Amino acid sequence: MRGGWLRIYAITYLVFLYLPVILLPMFAFNDGTVMAFPLKGFTTQWFVQLAGIEALHGALLNSVFIATITATLSVLLGICAARASTRFRFPFKAPIMGAIMVPLVLPEIIVAVSLLVVVVQVLDLPLSAWTVIAGHTLICTPFAIAILSSAFQGLDQSFEEAAIDLGETRWGAFRNIILPLVAPGIIASFLICFTISLDEFIIAFFLTGAEPTLPVYIWGQLRFPTKIPAVMALGTLMLLASLIILSVAEFYRRRGVARVGGNDSGGFL
Amino acid sequence: MLLVSPTAVYVLLLLAAPLAAVFAFSFWTQDFLTIDRTLTLNNYREAFSDPIYRTLMGRSLLISGVVTLVTVVLAFPIAYFVSFYVEPSRKALWIFLITIPFWTSYLLRVFLWKVILGFNGVINSGLLSLGLIDEPITFILYNANAVVITLAHAFAPFTILPIYVALEKIDRSLLEASRDLGESRMTTFFRVTLPLAMPGVVAATLIVFIPTIGDYVTPRLVGGPNGLMIANMIQTQFLKLNNAPMGATLAVLAMCAVTAISLIFVFFNRRYLR
Amino acid sequence: MSIISLQGIEKFYGEYHALKGIDCEIAEGEFFSLLGPSGCGKTTLLRVIAGFEDVSDGVVLLGGQNMAGVPANKRPTNMVFQSYAIFPHLSVAQNVGYGLRRAKLPPAELEARVAEALDMVGLSGFGARAAHALSGGQRQRVALARALILKPKVLLLDEPLSALDKKMREQMQSELRRLQRQVGITFILVTHDQEEALIMSDRIAVMFEGEIAQVAPPQELYRRPVTRRVGEFIGVMNFLDARHLDDGGDKVRFDLEGLGEASISHDQLPFGARAFAPVVGLRPEALSVIYDAKPEPGQRVVEGEVVDLSYYGDMTYYEVQLDGTTQPVTISMKNLATRPVLERGARARVTWDEGSLVVFAT
Repeated sequence: MRGGWLRIYAITYLVFLYLPVILLPMFAFNDGTVMAFPLKGFTTQWFVQLAGIEALHGALLNSVFIATITATLSVLLGICAARASTRFRFPFKAPIMGAIMVPLVLPEIIVAVSLLVVVVQVLDLPLSAWTVIAGHTLICTPFAIAILSSAFQGLDQSFEEAAIDLGETRWGAFRNIILPLVAPGIIASFLICFTISLDEFIIAFFLTGAEPTLPVYIWGQLRFPTKIPAVMALGTLMLLASLIILSVAEFYRRRGVARVGGNDSGGFL
Repeated sequence: MLLVSPTAVYVLLLLAAPLAAVFAFSFWTQDFLTIDRTLTLNNYREAFSDPIYRTLMGRSLLISGVVTLVTVVLAFPIAYFVSFYVEPSRKALWIFLITIPFWTSYLLRVFLWKVILGFNGVINSGLLSLGLIDEPITFILYNANAVVITLAHAFAPFTILPIYVALEKIDRSLLEASRDLGESRMTTFFRVTLPLAMPGVVAATLIVFIPTIGDYVTPRLVGGPNGLMIANMIQTQFLKLNNAPMGATLAVLAMCAVTAISLIFVFFNRRYLR
Repeated sequence: MSIISLQGIEKFYGEYHALKGIDCEIAEGEFFSLLGPSGCGKTTLLRVIAGFEDVSDGVVLLGGQNMAGVPANKRPTNMVFQSYAIFPHLSVAQNVGYGLRRAKLPPAELEARVAEALDMVGLSGFGARAAHALSGGQRQRVALARALILKPKVLLLDEPLSALDKKMREQMQSELRRLQRQVGITFILVTHDQEEALIMSDRIAVMFEGEIAQVAPPQELYRRPVTRRVGEFIGVMNFLDARHLDDGGDKVRFDLEGLGEASISHDQLPFGARAFAPVVGLRPEALSVIYDAKPEPGQRVVEGEVVDLSYYGDMTYYEVQLDGTTQPVTISMKNLATRPVLERGARARVTWDEGSLVVFAT
């Protein structure tokens, strides 16, 4: 065992990280409405209850719709930017790319209020799923670019030239060589964006219309102690879904790295 | 150029323009639902004179600073451990383990910290049953401490990853060279490892500090009345008081403060950033 | 008849003048090398021929046809890339057959052509392998097969051997030459390794800073470099200051620093130049140390001190400071069993071969 004290510290830290994650299923299966120890007994009634809440189903559908559109838009915008930044030189490249990545470090509430001001006060449009999509796409695109950039970066420029040299057109080279090679990165970034959007609350709370997203719905439920066990059950299911999606994303990302023959340098966020 | 333009246009339309609108709003005033578009500095005057805004802003910056410090200091040893002591084949697994908790719903994670830290919470009932305390301790919930703990948890992966990446980039032969030239393990760490890891530390610091200012969920759920932050006030101005101009003013001020502090921080660390 | 004709090729990258008026003819079936230090424009010139770079001015004729506006995928050239650019998501056979996909051959014929190409580069039976499981040498062969299967008029090779280790490089050098003779098409090789260019090429173009300094077969390039810089770049060369004495009949007489008087025939003077302050170049093997043997009649001998030596096994390179000079000259001697290796500080008697002198204008 190398690392001695550091290893002990690392394990303690992991316990700190996992504390809430472990509690989530515990309370989800706890036969009692009070969030405290000792636990009361095992039950699956909260999960059963979930199936009967209409508002929840609406929120879930709404969130999935938003997440799907957001992920699609983010990946498309991400492909454009990532390819442009890794392959071409153009004037004002650094400031343009910097501006595109800004939402990554902007406090989310700023993104939220600025979009709110424009939509409601300036354009006088109603809030809807589309306003949430606009905000989510803004914060997801930098993540997509980060993942796609590494996928495009790993591409030797001569792959494309070799394909053209062997008779392909520019579009043919993109479709037959570049796209298959970055496909894992595209899938991975899609899934990441999907997950981020699904879980995002701060922006959604400002921009959501009459139809709440899932996190906004949960926020509303947290005020009612009797509803909380069901929320815990819901959270458990969401964690499970996130983990499955992310495992798939990680699988594709690794396959992408292997395809272009690069070294795996750890995971993504 | 053509390729980057859709993305650039999107950012321009949905970020630059709205930010400009917020900036404009901060100079306007609102009376119920009508916006008065005469330019005025009244909002700023009010923001600077009313003690509640001053308190909130000061507290926000303080809490964000402490959160950042705590998070980075706690995270560095982990990144160091994974980078230097974990076998290469298992590094990806460790990173994966570190990022998993991050994918639990953010709201629920914050809520669960409330459960953990609460009066009948996990910590208190645990300590009580172990006989370490006689009555529940209360200084860990509904105050700034709770906000710090919760945010330090929420931003853990964001700090560990940049530092880890910076540490991974360090050529191990540099450390051997330092030892060869007579430095001990400890002095090598301070003279070689830490300076080379600074870009990661700076990135981690900014990644925590900047968004923390904009969080209103954590203060609302675990902060109690004395743990509220400027983002809560911005939210209130926009969604409850219907005073968008005041909210915009506070948002602009918060943004300026964060940017100024970040720039100062980067300035003092510029020699590590090449 | 030349397969490639480059006429006044100019290439600018913004302000940077990468190619400065390149004129060159490359013959059919020739193994031609572009040799020069990094940044001299040799790769740019190759990419101009391939069609990956537009020219700022000038004409590229390929088989007599003007290539202006013809994209890379329509040119009868194929390229072996420096990184080989083996598509990592395809198998070896799919890589090799990549360019034939457009030809819409029946599967059996495609398979036969691929097998034939793999056979040619010594990779029979490798077709089903995954591309990322190949070694460096194997990638190189796949890249060759993939380009040659299309039967291009010209094969372009961009530093194809630079990523290989020494042993593998030497093996591939002879294999590439064999392959070139076998298929009989023009090969154009870009390299910065002068030895590689000398070993492999029929003719070599030496490039500096966007210009061709000299085009010649290897022997001529080595023995008669036209400028001091070319002489310096190809192998080792000693440079001695010379003083022009007089023209006597068909010979020109010079006084060489440290060596004394020399008569040089007119054809040893580049461009018939009779410069007034010329420099003379002498290869290390044109000078020799004489040991105990008496000098042959008519052979002039000068003396000097061995200031350094490098022992290579088969050869020894001496640095000898000739009496009355400031810079030592390099002398190479074959090591024979009967010949002692001189030690540092020893006195050496040196003779030289007048016929190997090269005179440079400056």
